[in-house]
Amino acid sequence: MKYSYYPGCTLKTKAQELEKFALDSANELGIELIEQKDWQCCGAVYPMGEDEIVTKLSSVRSLAAAKDRNEKLVTLCSACHHVIKRVNEDMKKKVEVREKVNNYLQLENDYKGEGEVIHFLEMMRDDFGFEQLSKKIKKSLNGRKIGAYYGCLLLRPEKDMKFDDSENPIIMENFIEALGGVAIKYPYRTECCGGYLVTENKSITEEMTNNIIRSAVMNGIEEIVTACPLCKYNLENSHQAKKNNVSVVYFTELLAESLNVK
Amino acid sequence: MQGGIKLRKIGVFVCWCGSNIAATVDVEQVVQEANKMSGVAYAADYQYMCSEIGQNMMKDAILKHNLDRVVIAACSPRMHEGTFRRAAEESGINPYLVEIANIREQCSWVHKDKKAGTEKAIALTRAAVAKVTLNTELIPGEIDVVKKALIIGGGIAGIQAALDIADAGYKVDIVEKTPSIGGRMAQLDKTFPTLDCSACILTPKMVDAARHPNITLHTYSEVEKISGYVGNFNVSIKKKARYVDMDKCTGCRICTEKCPSKKAKSEFEEGLKNRGAVYIPFAQAVPNVPVIDTDECIKLKTGKCGLCEKLCPSGAIDFNQKDEMITEEYGAIVVASGYDIIDLDKFGEYQYDHPDVITSLEFERITNAAGPTNGKFVRPSDGEKPKKVVFVQCVGSRDKTERGKSYCSKICCMYTAKHSMLIKEKYPDIEAYVFYIDVRTPGKNFDEFQRRAVEKYGVQYIKGMVGKIFPEGKKLMVHGVDTMSGETLVIDADMVVLAAATKAKSDAVDLKRKLNISTDINNFFTEAHPKLRPVETASAGIYLAGACQGPKDIPETVAQSSAAAAKVIGLLNKSKLVNNPCVSAVDESLCSGCLACTEMCPYDAISFKNIEIDDHGQKIKKVVADVNEALCHGCGGCTVTCRPGAIDLKGFTNKQILAEVDAICR
Amino acid sequence: MKKMKITPDKYENELLQIKKISSEMVNDCMQCGKCTAGCPATLEMDLLPHQIIRYLQLGQFHKVIESKTIWSCASCFTCAARCPRGVDLAKLMEAIRLISLRKKGNNRLNVEDVSQLMTDQKMPQQAIVSALRKYSK
Repeated sequence: MKYSYYPGCTLKTKAQELEKFALDSANELGIELIEQKDWQCCGAVYPMGEDEIVTKLSSVRSLAAAKDRNEKLVTLCSACHHVIKRVNEDMKKKVEVREKVNNYLQLENDYKGEGEVIHFLEMMRDDFGFEQLSKKIKKSLNGRKIGAYYGCLLLRPEKDMKFDDSENPIIMENFIEALGGVAIKYPYRTECCGGYLVTENKSITEEMTNNIIRSAVMNGIEEIVTACPLCKYNLENSHQAKKNNVSVVYFTELLAESLNVK
Repeated sequence: MQGGIKLRKIGVFVCWCGSNIAATVDVEQVVQEANKMSGVAYAADYQYMCSEIGQNMMKDAILKHNLDRVVIAACSPRMHEGTFRRAAEESGINPYLVEIANIREQCSWVHKDKKAGTEKAIALTRAAVAKVTLNTELIPGEIDVVKKALIIGGGIAGIQAALDIADAGYKVDIVEKTPSIGGRMAQLDKTFPTLDCSACILTPKMVDAARHPNITLHTYSEVEKISGYVGNFNVSIKKKARYVDMDKCTGCRICTEKCPSKKAKSEFEEGLKNRGAVYIPFAQAVPNVPVIDTDECIKLKTGKCGLCEKLCPSGAIDFNQKDEMITEEYGAIVVASGYDIIDLDKFGEYQYDHPDVITSLEFERITNAAGPTNGKFVRPSDGEKPKKVVFVQCVGSRDKTERGKSYCSKICCMYTAKHSMLIKEKYPDIEAYVFYIDVRTPGKNFDEFQRRAVEKYGVQYIKGMVGKIFPEGKKLMVHGVDTMSGETLVIDADMVVLAAATKAKSDAVDLKRKLNISTDINNFFTEAHPKLRPVETASAGIYLAGACQGPKDIPETVAQSSAAAAKVIGLLNKSKLVNNPCVSAVDESLCSGCLACTEMCPYDAISFKNIEIDDHGQKIKKVVADVNEALCHGCGGCTVTCRPGAIDLKGFTNKQILAEVDAICR
Repeated sequence: MKKMKITPDKYENELLQIKKISSEMVNDCMQCGKCTAGCPATLEMDLLPHQIIRYLQLGQFHKVIESKTIWSCASCFTCAARCPRGVDLAKLMEAIRLISLRKKGNNRLNVEDVSQLMTDQKMPQQAIVSALRKYSK
């Protein structure tokens, strides 16, 4: 199984574990993730204005490159996935965006949204299969009580992201169970952590992350897994996480652990 | 008279319609031009042709000038074609020798320029004159009427219609899918706005229906196939095997009590309680005879058990029963198949998975004294009495996205007020909150009813929606907003009741195909006209009653049922039905027997027959198309499909239409 | 509280701009409040999300452009996901922010200030990049 791989800037610096564990695990499972040549920063937020074109270009370049190689594009970071996926939908559905972008980029072949971008978890669920995954486990998580934290960017808006049911997702819980852990659902697992608001006003993110951690702790969770470097940062910094000794890890760390490549 | 074009004597009458036509059309000029048209013997105008004076003027002119056909240039034929046909008939002219030129809806009402409008009116009149020249006398056919009605659905809608039709002296069959009649109303606790006990007012009607000499109940039965036409519907009904002999069963219920298979969820109790494999849905069921669920019965699945058979004192259990198919003939059909509420799987924010988050129908069962908690209002999770109850209105209603239904479900504002008052009446110390977008209480005594909840019982009505419900320990943290004060709020509720949107039953599409009637995009059956014909469908002889046509409450349902019954009675009252003579006719000498028309006809009105013709002394058998005049709606689709042009529409023949086109193009 | 004046012409241009940038119709909103009820970031907001749309419906652009609300929005899309009328409030918020930021000298986060944010070694650059994209143009 061969994929084009888009890391995003944060995975190369502050969130290196997210990538390292993913690549090691993929290697172990026989999945080839080939990092794209000349990928550019996606911009971290999806440009919502109808007249914003330039900020979408780097995503389109990556999508077109993957499409030209006839490979699906795989992402690890929630934010990158969100941006590239939604830009792809725009290229599929909005004629004006498609035309303007192609005019600007002057690619060898116009890109019309034919490519596909999937998140690592979708790759595991749909292409590899969680059942298959559970068979490959070398070191089961042994019933550890783990809570999945989805955040916003993988799930919403559902009609574009098509990742899972945005009010009641189960993909990460299924992932955890495949690795031998006990996945515990808790009410705040799809609530926003505050994201970039941490740069503007820490009190907002403090309240939001405290609610999330409190909810997790109340349901008996000791570890939280996430896919987003910013969510991890916000959650770890919350007062409640520190007080209750809740660890926040990337889902790929769990994967690597259970495959014994950590 | 047919045969040869004799000199026509056409009368043209142009109406002013007050200023409706005269403002944009020079009526007198139209009359002038009409006088010049070939075949026109007399032309006149009048301010209101449809009035008595107008009609008398027309009749006098017919007699005085010996007119043999008439053109009325006025409003749409939908308005007064019938009026002028009758008037013509009274003057001795065949009513189908009357043509209407629509110079109002299609001319004066859509144009502003008087010169152009007048030219168009003249052209339209000329076309009508050209057509009427070729009109032939048509005699409507007669259809027999079977004096029996079929009602599909045994809820309050079906029961009411059945009782009205039966009381008028006609035989009625009710076909009900579930084991008992009663429908949704039987599930309810109290009904608004009177707070009558639902079963108390329903069960007498149920028993009346069962006992009425003119009514036959086919419960646990479904309509399989329907063919035919108004006055003569041929219906196959599948009577599912109950595995209980209805003649022997006394309704003692020993079998339902002792059945060891208790895993099935009771549909009547909205899944809040289990039932046996052999069961009667509720205490007042009519008929009071159980059915055996083949998916749950141990004996039917594995051959073991059969306890009910052993215990039955009347020997009524019969595991050898088979489904029975019966065929019946009916003159009219009433569709009263009812409604469902939506599934809440797409509304994860309301946490419907949680046992203490319930739908309004489940609430009815909980507060009902005959329900799963014997009427005690307790939490399904731990059986404890709740202290704070939150009601959420508009769950899935007024929702334009793919998740919900765009319409207002109509009954929820009233039943939520009812629910809140019922618990406050019984348990005054419970805090009740209602989150709403609007409160819709348009019926008689409805607004006073809802205000009582706020003013007398202290129910807290909050204008705003609920965002999400977060379960926290034993509590349900309801996060909402009070838009009026501009505050977000959170309520630590013990129970949440969701007013889930109503929706059409899932088999509505299947039923509509069997009946050949239409549904709208929400799968509610479509009425013939939303304002003026609310109980009829576009198919003659098939009527609608109740929530299957659109969300409605009990008072409206009963009114609509009686209306449908009145239509049925009017239909069955006739000894013969007159059908529209503007139907297709086949020229058998031209018909090649390809039967393309039979494929095309949307009303299944064309079949075929074998005829024998004499071809130059040789007897040849051939297949030709055969039109059932009772089923034909005169759409003309077959006339286009026919390659040799053998089939034509009486009253709108190809020649007539071409004559109209030629007249306009002149 | 003074009486609010309803002058549809006063901010016609700005409202048209919002419509162009967001492609959303504010009249589609029926003011049910579902967006506000589900918004996780209302703590520091002066106007609630549904009130932002209400003021836009009433043509009171000056109220929304001066609000704290639009800068407290985390773009979590919960409002857009739940709106029963299919109104994307996240896009409307973005449109208002863009109109503000596109005015000369209106950046909320200047490049010179970024180094201050980066004193926390652990903060992922995802945060910085997002902030720069959201708070400056």
